[in-house]
Amino acid sequence: MASPEEIETAWRARRRARLFWFAFGTVAFFAAFAISAQVAELSPAALIAGAPRMGAYFGQLIPDLRWPVLFAGAETPGSLAYWFYRLDIWLRLLLETSQMAALATLLGAGLALPLSFFASANLVSPRLAFTTRRLFDCLRSIPDIVYALVLVWAFGVGPLAGILAIMLHTLGALGKLLADVVENADLRAREALIAAGGSWLQATRFAVLPQVLPNFLSYALLRFEINVRGATVIGVVGAGGIGQELYAVISFNYYQEISAIVVLIILTVSVIDLASEWLRSRAMSLQ
Amino acid sequence: MLELEGLSCRFGETVAVAEVSLRVPEGQMLGIIGRSGAGKTTLLRMINRLQEPSAGAIRFHGQEITRLRGKALRRWRAQCAMIFQHFNLIPRLDVLTNVLMGRLFYRSEMASLLGLFAASERALALELLERHGLLETALKRAGTLSGGQQQRVAICRALMQEPRLILADEPVASLDPRNAQLVMDALRRISREDGISVLVNLHDLRIARSYCDRIVALSAGRVVFDGAPDALTESRAREIYGAPDEESPAFETSHPFAVV
Ligand SMILES: Nc1ncnc2c1ncn2[C@@H]1O[C@H](COP(=O)(O)OP(=O)(O)OP(=O)(O)O)[C@@H](O)[C@H]1O
Ligand SMILES: [Mg+2]
Repeated sequence: MASPEEIETAWRARRRARLFWFAFGTVAFFAAFAISAQVAELSPAALIAGAPRMGAYFGQLIPDLRWPVLFAGAETPGSLAYWFYRLDIWLRLLLETSQMAALATLLGAGLALPLSFFASANLVSPRLAFTTRRLFDCLRSIPDIVYALVLVWAFGVGPLAGILAIMLHTLGALGKLLADVVENADLRAREALIAAGGSWLQATRFAVLPQVLPNFLSYALLRFEINVRGATVIGVVGAGGIGQELYAVISFNYYQEISAIVVLIILTVSVIDLASEWLRSRAMSLQ
Repeated sequence: MLELEGLSCRFGETVAVAEVSLRVPEGQMLGIIGRSGAGKTTLLRMINRLQEPSAGAIRFHGQEITRLRGKALRRWRAQCAMIFQHFNLIPRLDVLTNVLMGRLFYRSEMASLLGLFAASERALALELLERHGLLETALKRAGTLSGGQQQRVAICRALMQEPRLILADEPVASLDPRNAQLVMDALRRISREDGISVLVNLHDLRIARSYCDRIVALSAGRVVFDGAPDALTESRAREIYGAPDEESPAFETSHPFAVV
């Protein structure tokens, strides 16, 4: 049996160790920051030098709108309709981008849910959990745009490559998040079902799934928001949607069209974020 | 007849249960007492095989239990129902579904995963709920029920298993006296009327004395008393619980719920 004095000594040693690691972490953080700033050539001078050029570019993006003719037809320069003269096409492309994101999220989340149970050390052997988690790490650490570049080469230009690319990254990201949720689940009811002769699958289905489902829905919707933005960027490498169009107008310096498309993207993303936030709060209230 | 022979369980250096040998005849209500850490929970979990014994044998009607695997092990678990101190219901699912969970072993994997249970099983579940005065709660979420109600739902779930043995680990430790009485009455009725042996861990000596046919006391994993409740005199109880400090429970011969 340990004496109070021994415990007191051990406690002091533990506190000293914690202090040491805190100091070490702080120093390491600032060192890492300094090194990465150097590598990235992030210097105040570069920021100041580049700022006016940024301003000039944004200046050219501002549309030429005139009050008297603001609501005139698409033929009149200075009207809103003139600014958004390709609205029908852009809306179709935005829809295509959102659909890419939705499909990729559905596929990725649909795979991540079952796989996350195999990445939870409280449900399967530590070895299987470790392996599945490393698989998620691999999928997640490669940016979706890299997948897209490879897949465009394999499947040709178009949305299919984009969908698969986002799906793979989503699977990695959601799988890890869900596995963490499953590892924090209360397993008392699950033990009761095992004790009643239920199988692994039955016990997991009835005693774990209902607990993690609200969290799962919430994370999947959050991922959908992220994927809408991701699908836009991915279009740039030829994987379809509004991104492909945005890339075209940027490379041709069609300044007014750039701003029109950016405004549309911001509006779409905001609407989707609002809707998904509302859905997520509903999902969490199920808990 | 349940037979334990030299049953032991070790966790590293700790010996939780040491060479316990017991014979429990059909329909007996056996109370297991002992101070905290004596090995009561570990003993019950070994019988259900939630915990692997380090040594010894468990036999039920001559069948060797310690070597069962796969489907045979699940069949055994279905036959010896467990009741937990914290009820271990699925809080988000309704009471009826929770009771139907007792049928998991008997349903095909596919049907049960879809939540499909036979009409006859639902009828049996509702009959059990009615018998325990819980019919109105059938469609409520289990998590919204009181502790006493939840424990009785857990008993219904156990009975759905058509058990031949019931293992209850401190079933009334988190209940108020009135609910504790309802739960203990239900367990005794099951052992008397259905001829099912009930092994129940209790820390309240008075409850053990008034409900059990036989009392076994554990101390540091060993059986230190095994006999009729009347043979458990105050001085024997002191020995079991060690010095008469705050650890030793109140010792009275009157009915534990007489005052409430
Ligand atoms: N999973 C485990 N790992 C390590 N040690 C354990 C484990 N389970 C139980 N023990 C140890 O085994 C011993 C017996 O524990 P057990 O839970 O069976 O006691 P108990 O009689 O049920 O006590 P209580 O009345 O507090 O519930 C204790 O010393 C405990 O620390
Ligand atoms: Mg215990």
